[in-house]
Amino acid sequence: MAATRSEKFPLRRREVAKVLVAKRDLLLVVAGLGAPAWDMTAAGDHDLNFPLWGAMGGAAMIGLGLALAQPRRRVLVVTGDGEMLMGLGAFATIAVQRPRNLAVVVFDNEHYGETGMQLTHTAHDVDLEGIARAAGIRIAGTVRDRVGLRKALPVILKKPGPVFYDIKVRAENLEFVLPPKDGTVLKDRFRKALLGKNAAR
Amino acid sequence: MNKPDNNAWSTQLFNDLIDAGVTLFAYIPDAGNARLIDLAQAHNEARPVLLTSEEEGIAVCAGADLVGKRAVMCMQSSGVGNCPNFLSLVKGGRFPILMVVSMRGDYGEQNPWQYPMGQAVEPVLHAMGVLTFRVETPDELEPATTAAVNAAFEGGHGAALILSQKFLGAKPFPKRKAS
Repeated sequence: MAATRSEKFPLRRREVAKVLVAKRDLLLVVAGLGAPAWDMTAAGDHDLNFPLWGAMGGAAMIGLGLALAQPRRRVLVVTGDGEMLMGLGAFATIAVQRPRNLAVVVFDNEHYGETGMQLTHTAHDVDLEGIARAAGIRIAGTVRDRVGLRKALPVILKKPGPVFYDIKVRAENLEFVLPPKDGTVLKDRFRKALLGKNAAR
Repeated sequence: MNKPDNNAWSTQLFNDLIDAGVTLFAYIPDAGNARLIDLAQAHNEARPVLLTSEEEGIAVCAGADLVGKRAVMCMQSSGVGNCPNFLSLVKGGRFPILMVVSMRGDYGEQNPWQYPMGQAVEPVLHAMGVLTFRVETPDELEPATTAAVNAAFEGGHGAALILSQKFLGAKPFPKRKAS
């Protein structure tokens, strides 16, 4: 494969993942399928992580569901550029619902990592921040380096949203760090951690 | 797992599609179609179209047919799930939608989340009026391609060439130890 610009992006996805959940406290995390799910698991598997293994295109909307149902908890969706591109309508729906507690972050390496590192639309300059803004998500940005990440971090974790950040990360193939595979295990542990004894109701 | 030479079968499939007059290759990238799309990128008359979601491809294939061009939609099996409503074009308008589906969620799959859609691919396609032509071994590829092309462009059907994981080889994951 010919070299592409994203192989030189300074930010490394596993480091960004670690920074996002370093002081996670009560944060609810949805991770989109493929590398973002492996990244968030590498940063520390957690009962309040819901890593997806399928249902491509739905991560941001699962986050919206959580955010609307749990308005007092911060919800962070971390997904990939290919996954976000498959569900662009989510930007419009989230913008209309205006969940103050939802942040969506894309780890944008401009490639489909799980299928052989083919280029995505963002490698051809499709601008996810621009799409989010045009849809009506007013707090949106693109992060390209550590300084940008440091500035974005409090916005992602605290600022009343909805918030969207496209974080440009280096295109690289890293080892699999797999969360539990069983969707019912992932669902039940999340519900139990969040709802305690009410989880079964 | 033994799998056929991706280069060889992709070249054969690509040439068969070009010979059938297919010039527009709509696709969502997958391991199973990577080489095929590389060939389309490199070919003078072929036009690859990168999509964000598979449903776009059904519509763009229908649009191409309206102006007399032949198109194919290449995708992973999970993407078949994004297509059904758009496949109304097949039943409603007899558009000759030709699909190449590279399978997950069948033979040898290790991701449990791939099974639901993988196992539903053929029932879903049949429900929407798309005929399926399955490839399990290398020698089945050429006749199945011809059959799918004929069903679509001569027979006026939706037709999907189903490249099974037995044919493609299953995606590898790290080994887990039994505890």
